[in-house]
Order: sequence, then C-alpha cells, then structure tokens
Amino acid sequence: MLIRYTAALAALLLLGTAPFAQAADKPTDPQIAHIAYTAGVLDVEAAKQAIKKSKNKEVVDFAKDMIRDHEAVNVQALDLVKKLKVTPENNATSKALTKAAEEERAKLAKLKGAAFDKAYVDNEVAYHKQVDGALETLLIPSAQNAELKSLLETGLKIFQGHEQHAEHVAGMLK
Amino acid sequence: MPKRPLWIAMMLAVGIIPAQAETIRVTIDKLVFSPATVGAKVGDTIEWVNKDMFAHTATVKGGWEVMIPPKKSGSLTLKAAGPVDYFCRFHPNMKGRLVVAP
Repeated sequence: MLIRYTAALAALLLLGTAPFAQAADKPTDPQIAHIAYTAGVLDVEAAKQAIKKSKNKEVVDFAKDMIRDHEAVNVQALDLVKKLKVTPENNATSKALTKAAEEERAKLAKLKGAAFDKAYVDNEVAYHKQVDGALETLLIPSAQNAELKSLLETGLKIFQGHEQHAEHVAGMLK
Repeated sequence: MPKRPLWIAMMLAVGIIPAQAETIRVTIDKLVFSPATVGAKVGDTIEWVNKDMFAHTATVKGGWEVMIPPKKSGSLTLKAAGPVDYFCRFHPNMKGRLVVAP
C-alpha cells in the first residue's frame, strides 16, 4: 500500500501536480475553501514580487491584473465562508502549495531582467494550469455546498482566463 | 409647426434620415458575454453591463477596446459594418461576436 501510494505520488510529481498529490482523500468544504483561498493569495504574492522586480510593462500589467482579480475572488470567498459559517481549515494541500510557492519565489528572487520576466510568466502559466486541473478534477467535484461549488466554478473560469493571458504574455516575451 | 412634417417627409423620400439608432445591451455575468452574438447596424451603440466583481474588456485584435469596470458598464458606437470577434483581454477565454449591418 505504501509502495503504491509512493508510486502514485512519484507519477503525480512527474506530471507537475505535486502539491495536490497529498490530498488522497476527498477534501471537505472547509479544506476546499482554504485551498482555493490559499491558491489566490499565493498568486497575489508572486505578482507583488513581479511588480517590484520587473521593468517590463506587459509583465507588470499582467501582475497587476492578477492582484486585482485574485483579491476580488478572495473577497467573495471570505464573504461566502462567513455567510456559511465555515471556518477554512488548513490542510496538507494548502501547505504543499504554500511550500512550492515559497521555493519558486526564492528561485525567482535570484533572477533579474528578462530572465526574471520569463521565469515568472512561465511559472504563472504552469501554476494556473495546475490550479485549473485541481479545481476541475478534485475541488469542484468534492464541494458539497452549492454556493461554494458555484464560486469555485467562477474561480475556474478566472484561472483558465489567466492561464491564456499568461500564455499570451509569454508569447510576447519571446 | 405645419412645415416640419413636410420637411421630414422630404428627407424620408430622399433617404436622408437613417433608421433609428439603438442601444443593444450585452450582459457579463460570471465571465460570460450574453448574448454571445449580437446583430446590430452601423450607428447602434453596444452597452456591456458588467455584473462581475472583475474588470473586463471588449477587445478586437488590432482594433478597438472598451474597458468595462467591475459592476459598471462600458459602451461603443459602431462605426463600421461587418462581423467582428471580440474577447476580454484579461480573460481571453471570454469571447463575443458582433454582426454589424451597414
């Protein structure tokens, strides 16, 4: 059993969906709320780093778009958990996402100029793709509350939009 | 003002008065333009009403762009005939189409 789990984890790591691999069981609504909120906060932090470091207008504008949208989603998320009297619950997936984001930020901190821009935007494409996958295959199907499910579905459209936006910016950097 | 009806009749006769320009509303809700396709004519105004908490745009590649702030609206008066595809620059998965008659 342990071997099988390790093998599955290794396979997921290879697919680049590592932070979500630890959520072997279906997450509960309080955990889902925490994961979705964390995913937004981490992208805002990445964007703040980009605004500080980048001198490329396209990259800075993109980062500002990320902050604006994710903060708006998270305002809605906080309103909803308050209304539903749900306390978001920290969990292995949120922790793994946070750890991966911290590592990425440390890596990006060492880069400058065009190298930074490219690494940031490429990571934005990968990150949004990863969160899209998690929303589609794990978080949305697991959500029990209809309003939470609906907010996650809007969140998925936002993330998919950002992924395409990031791909467009990545194309311009080449 | 007995002269005015005659004046209008004369203009109509020579086709000077264009058809009444309309305002056509497109609603944005949860990142969807609705209706996705609208028929209009040159001189009509398209008004995008944004119900989302997110800023959107209606952007034509290599053409015009209308900013549509959260919970607000943006509008554009159509100047050229032809079909145009537009999208939201912030969320390129949002797509719409205008079919503009002359």
